[in-house]
Amino acid sequence: MLTNNPFADITALISPEVMQGYVVLMILLVIGGTVLDMMHKQSAKYFFETSKQAQADAKQEVDSGQKAKLAMKTVANEVLTSSEFANTKRRLSHLMTMYGFIFFVITTALLIFKYTGSGTEAPALVTVLWHIGAWSLCVGGYWFWFAIRVDVASEGVKWYQFNGRGDLFILGLLFTATFALLWSFTGSMLFFALFILSSTVLFGSVYWSKFAHMFFKPAAAYQKKVAQADGSNENLPADFDLSDPAVHAKFPDIPEYMGKNPPNMGLGIKNEAPNHF
Amino acid sequence: MPTFVKMTRCDGCGHCVDICPSDIMHIDKTTRRAYNIEPNMCWECYSCVKACPHNAIDVRGYADFAPLGHSVRVKRDEEKGVIAWRIKFRNGETDMDLLAPITTKPWGSGTPVLRDVEPPTDAQRNSQLLFNEPKYIRFDEGDIHTLESNNLEMKAGVYY
Repeated sequence: MLTNNPFADITALISPEVMQGYVVLMILLVIGGTVLDMMHKQSAKYFFETSKQAQADAKQEVDSGQKAKLAMKTVANEVLTSSEFANTKRRLSHLMTMYGFIFFVITTALLIFKYTGSGTEAPALVTVLWHIGAWSLCVGGYWFWFAIRVDVASEGVKWYQFNGRGDLFILGLLFTATFALLWSFTGSMLFFALFILSSTVLFGSVYWSKFAHMFFKPAAAYQKKVAQADGSNENLPADFDLSDPAVHAKFPDIPEYMGKNPPNMGLGIKNEAPNHF
Repeated sequence: MPTFVKMTRCDGCGHCVDICPSDIMHIDKTTRRAYNIEPNMCWECYSCVKACPHNAIDVRGYADFAPLGHSVRVKRDEEKGVIAWRIKFRNGETDMDLLAPITTKPWGSGTPVLRDVEPPTDAQRNSQLLFNEPKYIRFDEGDIHTLESNNLEMKAGVYY
Protein backbone atom coordinates (compact mmCIF):
# COMPACT_ATOMS: atom_id res chain seq x y z
CA MET A 1 0.00 0.00 0.00
CA LEU A 2 2.72 2.46 0.99
CA THR A 3 5.00 1.30 -1.82
CA ASN A 4 2.48 2.25 -4.48
CA ASN A 5 3.57 5.04 -6.84
CA PRO A 6 0.29 6.76 -7.72
CA PHE A 7 1.91 8.91 -10.40
CA ALA A 8 3.08 5.88 -12.36
CA ASP A 9 -0.48 4.50 -12.29
CA ILE A 10 -1.95 7.43 -14.19
CA THR A 11 0.69 7.76 -16.90
CA ALA A 12 -1.76 6.12 -19.32
CA LEU A 13 -4.11 9.03 -18.78
CA ILE A 14 -1.66 11.89 -18.29
CA SER A 15 1.77 11.80 -19.88
CA PRO A 16 4.85 12.29 -17.64
CA GLU A 17 5.70 15.43 -19.62
CA VAL A 18 2.38 17.06 -18.63
CA MET A 19 2.97 16.15 -14.99
CA GLN A 20 6.50 17.55 -15.14
CA GLY A 21 5.19 20.71 -16.81
CA TYR A 22 2.68 21.06 -13.96
CA VAL A 23 5.44 20.80 -11.32
CA VAL A 24 7.51 23.44 -13.14
CA LEU A 25 4.44 25.67 -13.36
CA MET A 26 3.90 25.32 -9.59
CA ILE A 27 7.55 26.24 -8.93
CA LEU A 28 7.13 29.32 -11.13
CA LEU A 29 3.92 30.24 -9.28
CA VAL A 30 5.74 30.05 -5.93
CA ILE A 31 8.61 32.21 -7.19
CA GLY A 32 6.24 34.73 -8.80
CA GLY A 33 3.96 34.83 -5.74
CA THR A 34 6.89 35.35 -3.37
CA VAL A 35 8.33 38.17 -5.48
CA LEU A 36 4.92 39.88 -5.71
CA ASP A 37 4.41 39.41 -1.97
CA MET A 38 7.82 40.95 -1.28
CA MET A 39 7.06 43.91 -3.53
CA HIS A 40 3.62 44.45 -2.02
CA LYS A 41 4.66 44.20 1.64
CA GLN A 42 8.02 45.83 0.95
CA SER A 43 9.53 43.25 3.25
CA ALA A 44 12.92 43.25 1.50
CA LYS A 45 13.07 47.04 1.77
CA TYR A 46 12.16 46.81 5.47
CA PHE A 47 14.89 44.27 6.12
CA PHE A 48 17.54 46.31 4.34
CA GLU A 49 16.53 49.50 6.13
CA THR A 50 16.53 47.77 9.51
CA SER A 51 19.88 46.20 8.80
CA LYS A 52 21.34 49.58 7.75
CA GLN A 53 20.02 51.14 10.96
CA ALA A 54 21.53 48.28 12.97
CA GLN A 55 24.89 48.79 11.26
CA ALA A 56 24.81 52.48 12.15
CA ASP A 57 24.10 51.59 15.81
CA ALA A 58 26.61 48.74 15.90
CA LYS A 59 29.11 48.75 18.73
CA GLN A 60 31.40 46.17 17.21
CA GLU A 61 32.17 44.77 13.79
CA VAL A 62 30.77 41.34 12.88
CA ASP A 63 33.06 39.77 10.28
CA SER A 64 31.93 37.44 7.53
CA GLY A 65 33.13 34.36 9.45
CA GLN A 66 30.94 35.27 12.42
CA LYS A 67 28.06 36.03 10.07
CA ALA A 68 28.42 32.59 8.48
CA LYS A 69 28.40 31.06 11.96
CA LEU A 70 25.22 32.98 12.82
CA ALA A 71 23.63 31.85 9.56
CA MET A 72 24.48 28.24 10.43
CA LYS A 73 23.01 28.77 13.90
CA THR A 74 19.82 30.18 12.35
CA VAL A 75 19.54 27.15 10.08
CA ALA A 76 20.15 24.74 12.96
CA ASN A 77 17.78 26.43 15.42
CA GLU A 78 15.05 28.44 13.72
CA VAL A 79 14.87 26.58 10.40
CA LEU A 80 15.54 22.93 11.19
CA THR A 81 14.10 22.70 14.70
CA SER A 82 11.64 25.64 14.84
CA SER A 83 13.19 26.82 18.10
CA GLU A 84 11.33 30.12 17.78
CA PHE A 85 8.20 28.53 19.18
CA ALA A 86 8.10 28.81 22.95
CA ASN A 87 5.06 26.54 23.08
CA THR A 88 6.00 22.85 22.74
CA LYS A 89 2.68 21.84 21.17
CA ARG A 90 2.97 24.51 18.48
CA ARG A 91 6.57 23.58 17.86
CA LEU A 92 5.79 19.88 17.43
CA SER A 93 2.83 20.59 15.18
CA HIS A 94 4.97 22.96 13.09
CA LEU A 95 7.81 20.44 12.81
CA MET A 96 5.46 17.65 11.71
CA THR A 97 3.79 19.90 9.15
CA MET A 98 7.08 21.32 7.88
CA TYR A 99 8.99 18.05 7.53
CA GLY A 100 5.91 16.33 6.15
CA PHE A 101 5.63 19.04 3.49
CA ILE A 102 9.35 18.92 2.63
CA PHE A 103 9.39 15.13 2.25
CA PHE A 104 6.10 15.18 0.35
CA VAL A 105 7.26 17.83 -2.14
CA ILE A 106 10.71 16.35 -2.74
CA THR A 107 9.43 12.81 -3.20
CA THR A 108 6.60 14.05 -5.46
CA ALA A 109 9.17 15.75 -7.71
CA LEU A 110 11.33 12.59 -7.66
CA LEU A 111 8.40 10.31 -8.49
CA ILE A 112 7.23 12.54 -11.33
CA PHE A 113 10.60 13.34 -12.89
CA LYS A 114 12.35 10.03 -12.38
CA TYR A 115 9.91 7.21 -11.87
CA THR A 116 6.98 7.71 -14.25
CA GLY A 117 8.61 6.38 -17.42
CA SER A 118 8.00 2.79 -18.55
CA GLY A 119 10.23 0.24 -16.86
CA THR A 120 11.28 2.55 -14.06
CA GLU A 121 10.06 1.18 -10.78
CA ALA A 122 10.17 3.69 -7.91
CA PRO A 123 12.24 2.48 -4.93
CA ALA A 124 10.14 1.61 -1.90
CA LEU A 125 11.99 4.21 0.16
CA VAL A 126 10.77 7.08 -2.04
CA THR A 127 7.13 6.00 -2.13
CA VAL A 128 7.10 5.23 1.59
CA LEU A 129 8.58 8.66 2.29
CA TRP A 130 5.92 10.23 0.04
CA HIS A 131 3.17 8.57 2.11
CA ILE A 132 4.83 9.28 5.45
CA GLY A 133 5.35 12.92 4.41
CA ALA A 134 1.67 13.34 3.55
CA TRP A 135 0.67 11.55 6.77
CA SER A 136 2.95 13.73 8.92
CA LEU A 137 1.59 16.84 7.22
CA CYS A 138 -1.94 15.67 8.00
CA VAL A 139 -1.21 14.90 11.67
CA GLY A 140 0.58 18.21 12.33
CA GLY A 141 -1.89 20.20 10.23
CA TYR A 142 -5.10 18.75 11.66
CA TRP A 143 -3.70 19.07 15.18
CA PHE A 144 -3.11 22.75 14.45
CA TRP A 145 -6.49 23.18 12.77
CA PHE A 146 -8.62 21.58 15.47
CA ALA A 147 -6.69 22.40 18.65
CA ILE A 148 -3.93 24.96 18.28
CA ARG A 149 -5.26 27.52 15.80
CA VAL A 150 -5.45 30.63 17.96
CA ASP A 151 -8.92 31.65 16.88
CA VAL A 152 -10.33 28.32 17.98
CA ALA A 153 -8.95 28.69 21.48
CA SER A 154 -9.40 32.36 22.20
CA GLU A 155 -11.92 33.86 19.81
CA GLY A 156 -14.41 31.03 19.78
CA VAL A 157 -14.11 30.47 16.03
CA LYS A 158 -15.39 27.01 15.21
CA TRP A 159 -13.29 24.53 13.25
CA TYR A 160 -15.57 24.79 10.22
CA GLN A 161 -15.35 28.58 9.99
CA PHE A 162 -13.01 29.56 7.18
CA ASN A 163 -11.06 32.73 7.80
CA GLY A 164 -10.06 33.74 4.27
CA ARG A 165 -6.41 34.58 3.80
CA GLY A 166 -5.43 33.49 7.29
CA ASP A 167 -6.45 29.89 6.60
CA LEU A 168 -5.59 29.63 2.93
CA PHE A 169 -2.12 28.17 3.48
CA ILE A 170 -2.96 25.59 6.15
CA LEU A 171 -6.11 24.42 4.36
CA GLY A 172 -4.22 24.23 1.06
CA LEU A 173 -1.62 22.01 2.76
CA LEU A 174 -4.21 19.86 4.51
CA PHE A 175 -6.38 19.27 1.47
CA THR A 176 -3.36 18.57 -0.76
CA ALA A 177 -1.98 15.93 1.63
CA THR A 178 -5.37 14.41 2.49
CA PHE A 179 -6.51 14.04 -1.13
CA ALA A 180 -3.07 12.75 -2.13
CA LEU A 181 -3.36 9.95 0.43
CA LEU A 182 -6.98 9.17 -0.47
CA TRP A 183 -6.09 9.09 -4.16
CA SER A 184 -3.11 6.81 -3.52
CA PHE A 185 -5.16 4.39 -1.40
CA THR A 186 -8.33 4.28 -3.55
CA GLY A 187 -7.09 5.18 -7.03
CA SER A 188 -10.21 7.30 -7.45
CA MET A 189 -10.00 9.99 -10.12
CA LEU A 190 -12.24 12.23 -8.03
CA PHE A 191 -9.58 12.37 -5.30
CA PHE A 192 -6.92 12.93 -7.95
CA ALA A 193 -8.86 15.92 -9.33
CA LEU A 194 -9.31 17.31 -5.81
CA PHE A 195 -5.59 16.76 -5.11
CA ILE A 196 -4.62 18.76 -8.22
CA LEU A 197 -7.15 21.46 -7.38
CA SER A 198 -5.84 21.82 -3.78
CA SER A 199 -2.18 21.85 -4.79
CA THR A 200 -2.90 24.47 -7.45
CA VAL A 201 -4.63 26.62 -4.82
CA LEU A 202 -1.74 26.03 -2.37
CA PHE A 203 1.04 27.02 -4.78
CA GLY A 204 -1.00 29.58 -6.71
CA SER A 205 -2.08 31.56 -3.66
CA VAL A 206 1.39 32.39 -2.35
CA TYR A 207 0.74 36.10 -2.85
CA TRP A 208 -2.31 36.02 -0.56
CA SER A 209 -1.44 33.22 1.86
CA LYS A 210 1.20 32.67 4.54
CA PHE A 211 3.32 30.52 2.23
CA ALA A 212 6.09 33.14 1.96
CA HIS A 213 6.79 32.96 5.72
CA MET A 214 9.22 30.13 5.05
CA PHE A 215 11.45 32.62 3.26
CA PHE A 216 11.25 35.74 5.41
CA LYS A 217 11.09 34.15 8.89
CA PRO A 218 14.64 32.75 8.65
CA ALA A 219 15.79 36.14 7.32
CA ALA A 220 14.25 37.89 10.36
CA ALA A 221 15.80 35.35 12.75
CA TYR A 222 19.24 35.81 11.17
CA GLN A 223 18.93 39.59 11.36
CA LYS A 224 18.06 39.36 15.06
CA LYS A 225 21.16 37.27 15.72
CA VAL A 226 23.40 39.72 13.82
CA ALA A 227 21.91 42.65 15.80
CA GLN A 228 22.71 40.82 19.05
CA ALA A 229 26.24 40.09 17.91
CA ASP A 230 27.09 43.61 16.76
CA GLY A 231 25.76 45.16 19.97
CA SER A 232 23.00 47.25 18.35
CA ASN A 233 20.46 44.69 19.64
CA GLU A 234 17.50 46.67 18.29
CA ASN A 235 18.08 49.35 20.93
CA LEU A 236 17.22 46.93 23.73
CA PRO A 237 18.76 47.62 27.15
CA ALA A 238 22.00 45.82 27.92
CA ASP A 239 22.07 42.65 29.94
CA PHE A 240 23.55 44.04 33.15
CA ASP A 241 25.58 41.92 35.55
CA LEU A 242 24.15 42.81 38.96
CA SER A 243 27.31 41.83 40.84
CA ASP A 244 29.50 44.13 38.73
CA PRO A 245 30.87 47.13 40.74
CA ALA A 246 30.55 49.34 37.61
CA VAL A 247 26.82 48.57 37.52
CA HIS A 248 26.61 49.32 41.26
CA ALA A 249 28.27 52.69 40.69
CA LYS A 250 25.94 53.58 37.81
CA PHE A 251 22.75 52.30 39.45
CA PRO A 252 23.16 52.66 43.26
CA ASP A 253 19.60 51.41 43.87
CA ILE A 254 20.71 47.91 42.94
CA PRO A 255 23.22 47.34 45.79
CA GLU A 256 21.12 49.39 48.22
CA TYR A 257 17.93 47.38 47.84
CA MET A 258 19.12 44.08 46.42
CA GLY A 259 22.58 43.65 47.92
CA LYS A 260 25.90 43.37 46.14
CA ASN A 261 25.27 39.91 44.79
CA PRO A 262 21.51 39.45 44.36
CA PRO A 263 20.21 35.87 44.30
CA ASN A 264 18.26 34.32 41.44
CA MET A 265 14.70 35.50 42.01
CA GLY A 266 12.94 32.64 40.23
CA LEU A 267 10.49 32.69 37.38
CA GLY A 268 7.96 35.36 38.47
CA ILE A 269 5.10 35.73 35.98
CA LYS A 270 6.70 33.09 33.82
CA ASN A 271 6.09 30.63 36.64
CA GLU A 272 2.65 30.07 35.22
CA ALA A 273 2.42 29.29 31.52
CA PRO A 274 -0.30 31.11 29.58
CA ASN A 275 -3.23 28.79 29.10
CA HIS A 276 -5.17 30.49 26.34
CA PHE A 277 -3.02 29.09 23.59
CA MET B 1 3.11 55.27 25.87
CA PRO B 2 0.94 52.59 24.30
CA THR B 3 2.56 49.44 23.04
CA PHE B 4 2.85 48.07 19.53
CA VAL B 5 4.09 44.77 18.11
CA LYS B 6 6.94 44.24 15.70
CA MET B 7 5.42 41.70 13.36
CA THR B 8 8.69 40.20 12.20
CA ARG B 9 9.64 39.34 15.76
CA CYS B 10 6.28 38.00 16.96
CA ASP B 11 5.64 34.26 16.74
CA GLY B 12 2.00 34.48 17.80
CA CYS B 13 2.52 32.61 21.10
CA GLY B 14 -0.20 34.60 22.88
CA HIS B 15 1.67 35.38 26.12
CA CYS B 16 0.70 39.05 25.72
CA VAL B 17 -2.93 38.16 25.00
CA ASP B 18 -2.99 36.07 28.13
CA ILE B 19 -1.52 38.70 30.41
CA CYS B 20 -3.06 41.97 29.12
CA PRO B 21 -5.35 43.36 31.87
CA SER B 22 -7.24 45.49 29.35
CA ASP B 23 -7.72 42.55 26.99
CA ILE B 24 -6.58 44.66 24.08
CA MET B 25 -3.75 42.45 22.88
CA HIS B 26 -5.22 40.14 20.27
CA ILE B 27 -3.96 37.79 17.60
CA ASP B 28 -4.62 39.02 14.09
CA LYS B 29 -6.76 36.42 12.36
CA THR B 30 -5.01 36.77 9.03
CA THR B 31 -1.36 37.06 9.97
CA ARG B 32 -1.64 35.16 13.28
CA ARG B 33 0.56 37.72 14.99
CA ALA B 34 -0.29 39.79 18.05
CA TYR B 35 -1.36 43.40 17.85
CA ASN B 36 -2.75 46.08 20.13
CA ILE B 37 -6.35 46.47 18.98
CA GLU B 38 -6.97 49.73 20.82
CA PRO B 39 -3.91 51.77 21.89
CA ASN B 40 -6.24 54.44 23.37
CA MET B 41 -7.35 51.95 25.98
CA CYS B 42 -3.83 50.85 26.89
CA TRP B 43 -3.06 51.35 30.60
CA GLU B 44 0.63 51.32 29.75
CA CYS B 45 1.31 48.67 32.35
CA TYR B 46 3.76 46.99 29.93
CA SER B 47 2.80 43.55 31.13
CA CYS B 48 2.82 42.48 27.48
CA VAL B 49 6.25 44.02 26.89
CA LYS B 50 7.60 42.14 29.87
CA ALA B 51 5.89 38.85 29.06
CA CYS B 52 6.96 38.70 25.41
CA PRO B 53 9.65 36.01 25.03
CA HIS B 54 10.93 37.57 21.81
CA ASN B 55 11.07 41.26 22.82
CA ALA B 56 8.69 41.83 19.94
CA ILE B 57 6.58 44.42 21.75
CA ASP B 58 7.81 47.96 21.76
CA VAL B 59 6.73 51.23 23.31
CA ARG B 60 5.83 54.37 21.43
CA GLY B 61 7.24 57.09 23.68
CA TYR B 62 5.38 60.34 24.30
CA ALA B 63 6.59 63.23 22.19
CA ASP B 64 7.25 65.49 25.18
CA PHE B 65 10.16 63.45 26.46
CA ALA B 66 11.16 61.46 23.40
CA PRO B 67 10.41 63.21 20.13
CA LEU B 68 9.69 61.38 16.90
CA GLY B 69 12.41 59.11 15.71
CA HIS B 70 13.16 58.02 19.28
CA SER B 71 13.34 54.56 20.70
CA VAL B 72 12.04 53.51 24.11
CA ARG B 73 12.69 49.89 24.90
CA VAL B 74 12.26 47.86 28.05
CA LYS B 75 13.47 44.48 29.17
CA ARG B 76 12.31 42.77 32.32
CA ASP B 77 14.52 40.08 33.73
CA GLU B 78 12.52 38.16 36.26
CA GLU B 79 15.30 35.88 37.39
CA LYS B 80 17.55 38.82 38.15
CA GLY B 81 14.61 40.74 39.59
CA VAL B 82 15.28 43.94 37.64
CA ILE B 83 13.72 45.97 34.89
CA ALA B 84 15.90 47.87 32.42
CA TRP B 85 14.86 50.72 30.16
CA ARG B 86 16.77 52.28 27.34
CA ILE B 87 15.71 55.60 25.88
CA LYS B 88 17.39 56.87 22.78
CA PHE B 89 16.63 60.19 21.18
CA ARG B 90 16.55 60.69 17.48
CA ASN B 91 19.85 62.58 17.44
CA GLY B 92 21.48 59.42 18.78
CA GLU B 93 23.41 61.47 21.35
CA THR B 94 21.01 61.04 24.25
CA ASP B 95 21.11 57.35 25.00
CA MET B 96 19.95 56.64 28.53
CA ASP B 97 20.01 53.42 30.47
CA LEU B 98 17.86 52.93 33.53
CA LEU B 99 17.95 49.92 35.79
CA ALA B 100 15.66 49.36 38.76
CA PRO B 101 14.84 46.47 41.08
CA ILE B 102 11.37 44.96 40.77
CA THR B 103 11.80 42.63 43.69
CA THR B 104 14.29 42.37 46.50
CA LYS B 105 13.58 38.76 47.46
CA PRO B 106 12.66 35.68 45.42
CA TRP B 107 9.21 35.73 43.83
CA GLY B 108 6.52 34.30 46.05
CA SER B 109 8.69 34.30 49.19
CA GLY B 110 7.01 37.46 50.51
CA THR B 111 3.46 36.17 50.24
CA PRO B 112 2.01 36.15 53.77
CA VAL B 113 0.79 32.82 55.07
CA LEU B 114 -2.50 34.04 56.50
CA ARG B 115 -3.25 30.89 58.41
CA ASP B 116 -0.20 31.56 60.59
CA VAL B 117 -1.25 35.13 61.39
CA GLU B 118 -2.87 35.75 64.75
CA PRO B 119 -6.62 36.16 64.17
CA PRO B 120 -8.13 39.54 65.07
CA THR B 121 -9.65 39.94 68.49
CA ASP B 122 -13.33 40.82 68.95
CA ALA B 123 -12.34 44.42 69.70
CA GLN B 124 -10.40 44.53 66.44
CA ARG B 125 -13.30 42.98 64.56
CA ASN B 126 -15.67 45.65 65.85
CA SER B 127 -13.21 48.46 65.34
CA GLN B 128 -13.49 50.90 62.47
CA LEU B 129 -9.80 50.44 61.78
CA LEU B 130 -8.61 48.04 59.18
CA PHE B 131 -7.02 44.82 60.35
CA ASN B 132 -3.24 44.62 60.11
CA GLU B 133 -2.73 48.24 59.18
CA PRO B 134 0.89 49.38 59.47
CA LYS B 135 1.58 50.85 62.88
CA TYR B 136 2.54 54.31 61.66
CA ILE B 137 -0.75 55.02 59.92
CA ARG B 138 -2.98 54.00 62.80
CA PHE B 139 -4.72 56.62 64.89
CA ASP B 140 -5.90 54.45 67.74
CA GLU B 141 -3.22 55.32 70.29
CA GLY B 142 -1.88 58.67 71.29
CA ASP B 143 -1.33 61.42 68.79
CA ILE B 144 -1.17 61.28 65.02
CA HIS B 145 1.57 58.92 63.99
CA THR B 146 4.26 60.27 61.76
CA LEU B 147 7.45 58.92 60.27
CA GLU B 148 9.36 60.71 62.99
CA SER B 149 7.29 59.34 65.86
CA ASN B 150 7.96 55.87 64.45
CA ASN B 151 11.69 56.45 64.06
CA LEU B 152 11.47 56.37 60.29
CA GLU B 153 12.85 58.92 57.91
CA MET B 154 12.17 59.94 54.34
CA LYS B 155 15.07 59.01 52.13
CA ALA B 156 16.02 60.68 48.89
CA GLY B 157 15.30 58.73 45.77
CA VAL B 158 12.75 56.15 44.91
CA TYR B 159 11.29 53.68 47.40
CA TYR B 160 10.72 50.03 46.61
